[in-house]
Amino acid sequence: MSEVILPSEVAKRQHHHHKPAAIGGGLISPMTVVLGALVAVAFFFLGQRFIYGLGAVTNVNNGYPWGIWVVWDVVIATGFACGGYAMALVTYILNKGEYHPLVRPALTASLFGYSLGGASVLIDLGRYWNFWHILWPGYAHVDSVMFEVAACISLYIIVLWIEFSPAFLEHLGLKDAKRKLSKVMFFFIGLGVLLPSMHQSSLGSLLVVMGAQVHPLWQTMLLPLLFLLTAACMGFAVVILEATLAAVGFGRDLDHELPMLSKIGKIIAGVLTVYLVLRLGDIVVRGQLGAIFTSGFKSVMFLIEMALFAAPIVLMAKAANRKRLSKLFAAAGSMLTGAVLYRIDAFLVAYDTGPGWNYFPSVPEMMVTIGIIALEVLAYIVFVKKFPILPGQPHQPSNGR
Amino acid sequence: MTINRRDFLRGAASGSAAVAACATLAPSRAEARGNLPIPENAVGLLYDSTLCIGCKACMSACKEANDLPLEDNVGEGLWDTPLELSGKTYTVIKIYQHGTMEHKDKAENGFAHIKRQCLHCADPSCVSACPVSAMTKDGPLGIVEYNKDACIGCRYCVAACPFGVPQFQYDTPFPEIAKCQLCKHRLDDGKIPACAEVCPTGATLFGSYAALDEEITRRKAMTPGEAALFPRRTVDSGDVHEKAAPEYIDDVYGDTEVGGTQVRYLSGVPFDKFGLPTDLPERSFASKSETLQHSLYGGLAAPVVVLAGLVAAAWRGSKNHHDDE
Repeated sequence: MSEVILPSEVAKRQHHHHKPAAIGGGLISPMTVVLGALVAVAFFFLGQRFIYGLGAVTNVNNGYPWGIWVVWDVVIATGFACGGYAMALVTYILNKGEYHPLVRPALTASLFGYSLGGASVLIDLGRYWNFWHILWPGYAHVDSVMFEVAACISLYIIVLWIEFSPAFLEHLGLKDAKRKLSKVMFFFIGLGVLLPSMHQSSLGSLLVVMGAQVHPLWQTMLLPLLFLLTAACMGFAVVILEATLAAVGFGRDLDHELPMLSKIGKIIAGVLTVYLVLRLGDIVVRGQLGAIFTSGFKSVMFLIEMALFAAPIVLMAKAANRKRLSKLFAAAGSMLTGAVLYRIDAFLVAYDTGPGWNYFPSVPEMMVTIGIIALEVLAYIVFVKKFPILPGQPHQPSNGR
Repeated sequence: MTINRRDFLRGAASGSAAVAACATLAPSRAEARGNLPIPENAVGLLYDSTLCIGCKACMSACKEANDLPLEDNVGEGLWDTPLELSGKTYTVIKIYQHGTMEHKDKAENGFAHIKRQCLHCADPSCVSACPVSAMTKDGPLGIVEYNKDACIGCRYCVAACPFGVPQFQYDTPFPEIAKCQLCKHRLDDGKIPACAEVCPTGATLFGSYAALDEEITRRKAMTPGEAALFPRRTVDSGDVHEKAAPEYIDDVYGDTEVGGTQVRYLSGVPFDKFGLPTDLPERSFASKSETLQHSLYGGLAAPVVVLAGLVAAAWRGSKNHHDDE
């Protein structure tokens, strides 16, 4: 151990068993084969989309021009991919090195979430061959919220690959390059916190220009702040989810990670409390309190959202619950479901462009989204098996499932 | 490892910078951007529902002038029957119908025509939304123009327009946004928009925004039932016909909606009967969105300050750790 230490690898030094290690094992398993098949199905429908147009595969229309390929594949998927953002925020910015073992797995999920989220924009763009216009001087329109989203997400994908590169360099044995990179890494870490703060909030701002078409329970000038808070929470919740799934899926032991997960559970409850106060306070200030109960289906959806956001706060209030993985998992699951619903509601349920328009995703449309998720999970499995991502175990299991 | 209290507070303070950036949302900090005004030399249309006879000559003239395909919604292969604006249709005449449909331009037991098309907003949501400057309103005439060569097909304009005007083509691998551009190619040739050119009753009238303003004032001053003159094609064409003045409702659609539009409607029937959005505020949605963006990102000031704070915190973190060694 003579290499120069990355910012918070101090924690790693003090707990040698936490040093990231590749899980190893073969890549062919029932799980990876099923995932591969789902990816293949998605490619089939994508072929149709590119030959016949968006209408041949999706149910999007001129009343609902954005379907799940935007709302799930980009808006929600990048929220799920906020684990790297959330962990970088507490580990490096709030200087809590104790969380360091969770950074790399979170970063890996972020890397795939964002890279695929960015790539899947292309399949939804009607005139995808012009995509580069969005960042090209002369075409780029800086007043457009979407320009901000596109610019920040593109930059962040690059920053993620840079932040992640030590794992590659380690694997490739390029210690000199890794040392040089580690000296400037603090800059990319700062950038890696700024950029998601910007574009995750802007994903909410996208709705502001849609004005009265978005129901008053969701349409507010606070959209960017509300989206940012829930995105950060999604990041923390995903870390708990990942740790749990990795424990079950790879038969790993979580004893060393549980105290950290427990604190993350507390952070989620805190941020969610702020979120709920802001969201409800804003509704009161705008005089829309009545709309909570008088908006039919939208009221129901709103109340479900509120319940899903409130549940983690209640669950995590008890110290005993924060020490139990099952409760942490339940809190994280409730938070994520709430945040997913918040985004679906804001973009699709609360959006009403006039009578006569309907949207529900078609089966092929959903299969493409499922295929993208499958590709993401597949890539994650391959990476944790081949590269040093997950915190090492005292007794390395030799064959992951 | 242990973090002493001072380090923690310092780190927490720097880390909170990102959250502080969001606090700049406060309206007091906002570099407010008001509604954009109607351009000085703006042109537009006046559609007078009471003059329209529903002949739909405007619809076929529009298709011819803009090289648009037929749209058979019956499926017999015998019709061109657009029901709404679509990827193949820039303008459509619709008819409000109620009860016995005996009285033209009456809400009760009556009927009335409406012409749907791009209203050419003073401060268009589609232009504000478009990330690649494919939707623009840069010319002196204030026409909201679309450039397919710039467009990436993201459909943010479709989602943003409060009037549901821009229409994406979902049935082709090489789609475009379909939308009235006030026949700018004909204006370049010294002609007027095809719909106004062919309208036999002057229900669709082309002119400068100012001239149409005067015409609206003149019509609203008419005494219902008394004979009045109505110009065809343009306000000053000299081609007029005589007809009993109708009973207009007070509202002029497009006068104030999202900051005003260059295409305006007069009618004898309230505009909500036509399915038009009538609860639109005068403050444009584009101005709200851009005020938000400018106050967060104006001059990149806030992001740079926040980045400096974040980088400093990350750097201090790394330095502290090295010092520990």
